[in-house]
Amino acid sequence: MAQPAFVPPSSADFFFKPAFGSSFLATKPVMLVLFSVILISVFFAVSARKAAVVPSRLQFAGEMVYGFVRNSIGQDVIGAEYQRFVPFLFAIFTFVLTNNLFGVVPFMQFPTMSHIGFPVSITIFVYFVYHYVAIKKKGLGRYLKEMCFMPGVPKAVYIILAPVEFLTFFAVRPLTLAMRLFGNMFAGHLLLLLFTLGGEYMLKSALFVKFFAILSFGLAIGMSFFEIGIQCLQAYIFTLLAALYIAGALADAH
Amino acid sequence: MKGTLSIVGFGLSTIGPGTATGLIFAAYINGVARQPEARSILQPIAFLGFALAEALAIFGLVLAFVLK
Repeated sequence: MAQPAFVPPSSADFFFKPAFGSSFLATKPVMLVLFSVILISVFFAVSARKAAVVPSRLQFAGEMVYGFVRNSIGQDVIGAEYQRFVPFLFAIFTFVLTNNLFGVVPFMQFPTMSHIGFPVSITIFVYFVYHYVAIKKKGLGRYLKEMCFMPGVPKAVYIILAPVEFLTFFAVRPLTLAMRLFGNMFAGHLLLLLFTLGGEYMLKSALFVKFFAILSFGLAIGMSFFEIGIQCLQAYIFTLLAALYIAGALADAH
Repeated sequence: MKGTLSIVGFGLSTIGPGTATGLIFAAYINGVARQPEARSILQPIAFLGFALAEALAIFGLVLAFVLK
């Protein structure tokens, strides 16, 4: 029963060969993204097609998601001008949520957002939107002034505070926004990989070790449910932070 | 035993964010328990704080994989 040593999963497990040809466009993550776009469009088109005052179940489900984003993310966070940002926030939320949930859907089982390119591209959108909104409302000069020199602070503190605030708006916010989503999905997928691969390895080992495979597979199942929670939470947090940045861009200096 | 020391470093770096997340949710639960109607106001604040504290742990994770 000699068996090679256990090889733990690593970041190399996140790269797929193209399904056909040699273009990166034919790899699993890209296909999942395309599929998610089709899935979201079809679901919401169908759920809103025969909209009635007394909603059907499907319409109710669609409106529940929309209502959640509009009320508890849009209205509560952005305030008076929330209406024009709802489509943007809604698109982000459904897109991130669907792609995250792919991580536990059988046969897909890969959260697209565990490739950093996808969170980064959504973050670039958010980054441009909140800077654009602020510059359009306040003008570049006033925006930078309000950003770096918040009122009610002793003058000497500005030496430290101004660069920190500037960095927060231009570097820390986009970095953390993208890395948080990526890191959570990456770590979660790696965790599931570890427990399933470990269970498989123990199943092939000596009889005594086989019993512990049950434990490993059980943990993998338990962790899958935990992951569903994390995936929904991360989609919520991503959208919430996007809304908060927009709200900060719109707010007047206080 | 074989492995990389970066993972041990990551383990150490989670102590701070772990404590912080605990404190944030302790405060949130405390607030809601004292004043249940404040829940909708406290929720985004709690999750924002949680997200900010958690970002540090995520940085640790990314660095653990980058610095081989």
